[in-house]
Order: sequence, then structure tokens, then C-alpha cells
Amino acid sequence: MRHLIDITDLTVEEIDQLIATAEDIMENPAKYQDVAAHKQLATLFFEPSTRTRLSFESAMLGLGGSVLGFSSAASSSTAKGETVTDTVRTVSCYADIIAMRHPKEGAPFAASRRSQVPIINAGDGGHNHPTQTLTDLLTIHRERGSLNNFTIGFCGDLKFGRTVHSLVNALSRYTGIHFVFIAPEELKMPAYINEALRRKGLPYEETESLEDAMPRLDILYMTRVQKERFFNEADYIRLKDTYVLDPAKLQSAKADLCILHPLPRVNEIAVSVDDDPRARYFEQVRCGKFIRMALIMKLLDLKA
Amino acid sequence: MNIDSVRNGIVLDHIKAGACMEIYKYLKLDQLDCQVAIIKNAKSSKMGKKDIIKIDSPIDIDLDVLGYIDPDITVDIIKDGHLVEKKHLALPQKLVNVIHCKNPRCITTDEKQLDAIFLLSDPEKRTYRCAYCEAERKSHR
Repeated sequence: MRHLIDITDLTVEEIDQLIATAEDIMENPAKYQDVAAHKQLATLFFEPSTRTRLSFESAMLGLGGSVLGFSSAASSSTAKGETVTDTVRTVSCYADIIAMRHPKEGAPFAASRRSQVPIINAGDGGHNHPTQTLTDLLTIHRERGSLNNFTIGFCGDLKFGRTVHSLVNALSRYTGIHFVFIAPEELKMPAYINEALRRKGLPYEETESLEDAMPRLDILYMTRVQKERFFNEADYIRLKDTYVLDPAKLQSAKADLCILHPLPRVNEIAVSVDDDPRARYFEQVRCGKFIRMALIMKLLDLKA
Repeated sequence: MNIDSVRNGIVLDHIKAGACMEIYKYLKLDQLDCQVAIIKNAKSSKMGKKDIIKIDSPIDIDLDVLGYIDPDITVDIIKDGHLVEKKHLALPQKLVNVIHCKNPRCITTDEKQLDAIFLLSDPEKRTYRCAYCEAERKSHR
């Protein structure tokens, strides 16, 4: 039985296969509409989410399966003090596969050690979010035709941004990628991620200026400064408006720049950027459903 | 100072001077019934000063715990008054319930029944990472 807790649980070849499957589903959805018939997905969301939960549910329904679950810890037995592992062992009796989001880091790993069915980490605190990473990889692959040889800038909250950590980790296994980390001092990339890149001999640079970095970028990955990751509200208020992408800042950008954002945004991308053909974040949302369909098929060993 | 030789048991040698009580605690030697001798600041040609622990019973020692605290310690196994085996330690790849995660965001800080698991991440720097949240802990030395 396989779980997906960290993006590196999948080999590069497996990710390539998932991308190929997702692209085939996008082309031929009817071929896949019954592959998960009579299978059930449980979505255990101990923390609120719109996109991730709905995309998992949409993915399972699109494969002909069904869905059960809860969307906040308050509506589960966690409110009575039940442990994550007990909740998961219970749900294992009802469902064939579990997608789980939890505010505590490592909760899906703890669950996977006891679960009788595959666990998919749908985000654990500020730690990992591997299905967002698969979504990002599929989007980049569709936009650029390859996952090699480009310069990617990550902008905003690089300290607590789990999507950023997972994506850097995943991209570090491909070739010819140059990383540019754009963040204020307080929200810089954690040292252990930079250290991992150094150990692999991969080039990266750090800057506080989005304007300086912009002309070199093939991909710009924007992030939200997340209120829920701060213990101190004053720090959040001070940093939340640090980077706002608007049409003026995009003037020096490449014509084929690809702007991504894991969403939701607050104000870090001006709405006026949405009509720019380089804004690809809603296409990214669309990709999220199809890569999750491919992942569910893989973990349940389903074939079209 | 005379301390009886061990007949059947274990000698932990080349302990960094001053570290013996920590090892005593980690290995839970206070729970043993047999004789345990703790020698502090013994003369050492290699180390200048060292600590030694002699345990007069062939107990099972958790070599992972010992390797984590100090991989330079040697473990001498004594049978019938003779040294029959000298074990050299290494940093263990995995530690279970030896150290605990201090990251307040880690699930293990909420749910104490979970095994505290750490994996060796950088042997040169002797650093470990929590298997749950990847928070870093350094080895003792």
C-alpha cells in the first residue's frame, strides 16, 4: 500500500507517469468516468479549505467514485479529544482512500503509520502540500512542455509557505533549474532548504526586490502571507503587503512569463493582472483536479 | 582508587569527561539491581580525561542511544573476567523515543502517544530531523 505524504515519496518517473495520465484525462475524460466506481474517498479536513477539498471531491466524482468526510475539526470527534490515528483507523473502515488536511505538521505521516488504506497529505500546517506540488508540476509541464531548464522565482512568504517548500524540493530533482527566492528578511526561505540545494550543487539566489528579479524569470510563483501561520498578529499586519504584483511590475517581465499562485490570494496579485495572458493561476486550479484524479487512480491501482 | 573488575558485564569506555551521568540517565541504569561503577575524570592517554561506566551484569545496552549521545564511546563486553568483544559505535540512522520534537507545530507535541522518531539527516554535522515535521535536532557532540 502506498501513501503520499511528501512529494519525494514519488520518483521522478512516477511523477512523469501521473502527469501523462492527467493530460490524457484532460483530453479524454469519458474514458475515465467509471474507473473508481464503487470506491469511496474520505476527505478529512481538520482545517478549512475550499480548493483542495473540492478538487479532491471533484476528482473522485469525475472518476465515478463517491465521497464522504468532514470539513472542520469542530465537526469531527477531534473536538472530543480523539487522536488523529484513532480517527484515521476508524475512517479506514469506511473508505478506500483518505485525503487529509491537518494544522499540525506531520499529522498525515502519523496517520499513515496506522491506516489500513492509502493516505494522501492534503496539507499539514506549514510543512508539506504534495498534491499542490503535483498540480504545480502539471501546470508548468503544460505551459513549458518540460520540467527542465528554466528560471523560477518564488515571491512572498517563503518561510511558512508549504507549497513553496514542496515545489522547490520536487524541482530540485530536475535539471537546469535556477531558483530565485524573493522575500523580506523575516519570511526568507528556511536554511535547511537552501542547504539542501547547496548540497545538490543547484544554483539559487536570494533577493528582497521583485522588480530586480522580474526580467530574468520564466516562471513567477506568488504566495500569500498566511495569517494562520503567525503567532503574533502585529507581525502579520506588518508583512502582509510586502509584495503586490500589478501591471506596472510586469512591464519588465518576459513575454512568455508564467505567473502561478496556489490561491487563495488576498491582495498580492492585483485583479487587473488576471486578464494578462501570462496569469496562469486559474488554469493551475483546473490542473489540480486532473492530477488528483491521476493520483487517486495510482494509489488505488485503478486502470482506465 | 580501587574498583572491583567486572566479571560478567559491560564497560563503557572513552566517555567524554563529564558526560557519564547523562548516559546513566539515558540508559536508565538507575533501574538496575547489579553493581554499577561510575568513574569520573579518569586519566586517559588519548583524551586527557575521560569517564567510564562499569556494569557488573550482561545487560542489553541500547547502542543507538549511546551512538547518538557520543559515537566515540567504546563498549567492552566482559565474560569470565576477559574482554570478549569491543564494540565501536556509529551515529544511528534512526532514533525512536530517544529525543523528542520541540517544534510547537509538530503533531508529536500534541499527541504524546506517538513514537518520537528522528532520522539522521547530515552525518557530518550530526544532525537529525523529526520524521513528522522535519524539525532539526543536533547530536550531543
